[in-house]
Amino acid sequence: MEKHWLLRARDSSFLRDPRARFGMAVLLLALLLALCAPLVAVDPSLQRDIVATRFLPPLSTDQHGTFHLLGTDRFGRDVWARLVFGARVSLGVGLLAVLLSVAIGLAVGAAAGFWQGRVGITLLGLTDFALALPRVVLLLLLASLWQPSAALVIMVLGLTGWMTIARLVHSEVRTLAARPFVESAVALGVRGPRVLVRHILPNALTPVIVAAALGVGNAIMLEAGLSFLGLGVQPPTPSWGNLIASGRDTLVNAPWVATAPGVALVLVVVAATLLGDAVRDRLDPAQRR
Amino acid sequence: MLRTFVRRALAGMAVVMGVVTLMFFLIRMAPGDPALLLVGPTATPEQLVAQREALGLDRPLPDQYATWLSRFLRGDWGSSIATGRPVRAMVSAAWPATVSLVGLSLVLSYVIGIIVGAIQATRGGRLDTTLSVVTVTLFAVPGYWLGLMLVMVFTYWMRALPAFGAAGLDADFLTGWDRVADRLRHLALPLTTLTLIGLGGTARYVRGAMLDVRNAPHVAIARAKGLSPLQVVVRHVLRNALVPVLTLLGLSLPALFSGAVFIEAIFAWPGVGRIMVEAVGARDYPVIMAATAVSATLVVLGNLMAEALTAWADPRLRAAEPSAGAA
Repeated sequence: MEKHWLLRARDSSFLRDPRARFGMAVLLLALLLALCAPLVAVDPSLQRDIVATRFLPPLSTDQHGTFHLLGTDRFGRDVWARLVFGARVSLGVGLLAVLLSVAIGLAVGAAAGFWQGRVGITLLGLTDFALALPRVVLLLLLASLWQPSAALVIMVLGLTGWMTIARLVHSEVRTLAARPFVESAVALGVRGPRVLVRHILPNALTPVIVAAALGVGNAIMLEAGLSFLGLGVQPPTPSWGNLIASGRDTLVNAPWVATAPGVALVLVVVAATLLGDAVRDRLDPAQRR
Repeated sequence: MLRTFVRRALAGMAVVMGVVTLMFFLIRMAPGDPALLLVGPTATPEQLVAQREALGLDRPLPDQYATWLSRFLRGDWGSSIATGRPVRAMVSAAWPATVSLVGLSLVLSYVIGIIVGAIQATRGGRLDTTLSVVTVTLFAVPGYWLGLMLVMVFTYWMRALPAFGAAGLDADFLTGWDRVADRLRHLALPLTTLTLIGLGGTARYVRGAMLDVRNAPHVAIARAKGLSPLQVVVRHVLRNALVPVLTLLGLSLPALFSGAVFIEAIFAWPGVGRIMVEAVGARDYPVIMAATAVSATLVVLGNLMAEALTAWADPRLRAAEPSAGAA
């Protein structure tokens, strides 16, 4: 196989792709803000004076002389600060959950597509079984079985999110296994798992990378959704989902409370998606878009 | 081909059974006692025991399971612990609302998505870039947030569309077209939300799949034969590109139902999702089980249908030996 493109230092065409630049810029900025949260905002749990500063619109200064870039919510908490501290939770949960589901999905899908006999049918059955579980009900139940927490959300999202990837890998591997170049590899004496790992999987990776990038965005959205329903990260710990939920009741008199975390969420998911697209095109130059 | 399909159908039934069984034991493992919720916190221990006995909750779990299963299969779905209403009546009253919402948005988002994706893949250039920005944004928008934003604009600011329920309070007094219009006005915001968030993903997928196929040898041959560009696109590119899209269709059904749960919560839409959320909160075992069984069956059916369609669209998956040439 060719040397991996990320290892080729002088290859800069990836960085000239506007989607890659936008995606990386937004994600890096979000990660940086999340990591340096205490430097760019006051920890929301340390804020006081609830009554005097509630419902300030964006770009206003309260009577203590504190500037509020995105305004304040009904408890007088700075929306920007909650957004930045919420990014830590939302981004972390999304990334870890996808890592978990990609690992499971790749293993199950590849095995099911390659060993099509009893192994394949069993694994496909397992995948269908997991797919048929009503995810939201499962999440509702798990959240009531254990205390809702970030770790629980990661586990639940990871364990309920691998099936799409498994199915994509499975159909890709099945199609590839019937291709002439795989047959010739077999004819040349390459054996079982080696065919899968050296000849089939590298060609099946494109949809996995795209699905993983989309999955990061999706996981961040689902975490937000769960927190929105009150089943994810629990307030007062801010996550983008429970920030949107807390702004729901004040939509009429303080629309910025729900709007700001939503816009942040959309920006990050768009960035992850575009970066995934750019990576895909770079990995597979034959299909350069 | 038929044998494979029958085998997959049997496997599908096994899946539904497995889901229902898992769910049965899982909800009984969860803390919370429906009898306690029913008699209230002031009840004496004797009352609680009597209530549990009346509901059959004092018997061993496998025993409860066997009873529930045999009744369920015979069509006796019991009645709700929380409200006392027959479960079948509850589910059949709620089901049309969910199916009409999910079904309409599925059709709309796939039709519009395939058209937009096909335009992007064939036109390219600035139009493609613009549409890409639009679809990727739609893809990234969380449904409940988009719903809230639409409510903010169309209900609170413009006061144009209702944000709650499936019909107005006065719906029973309306006749003819007024009634239809009232329904449509209530459907507008939830349907728009679900369609918009589904559309982005489909368009992106179709565009990608068509571009994948565009460079395949058989397309070059079709062009070389002198077929018109439209014929090449429809017969040779789009048809091949639809294979992964069909797989996606089967996969997106459960996600769509899950998404509908959020949308139903936002818009107070009287569907199965809302019943489910309420039932889980009240530990209403018969209702949870019925809703689970029905939605699991639908998901399995959707996957079977997608698989059959995929086999129809891609002869290579039907044949025992691969055909050479087409890539």
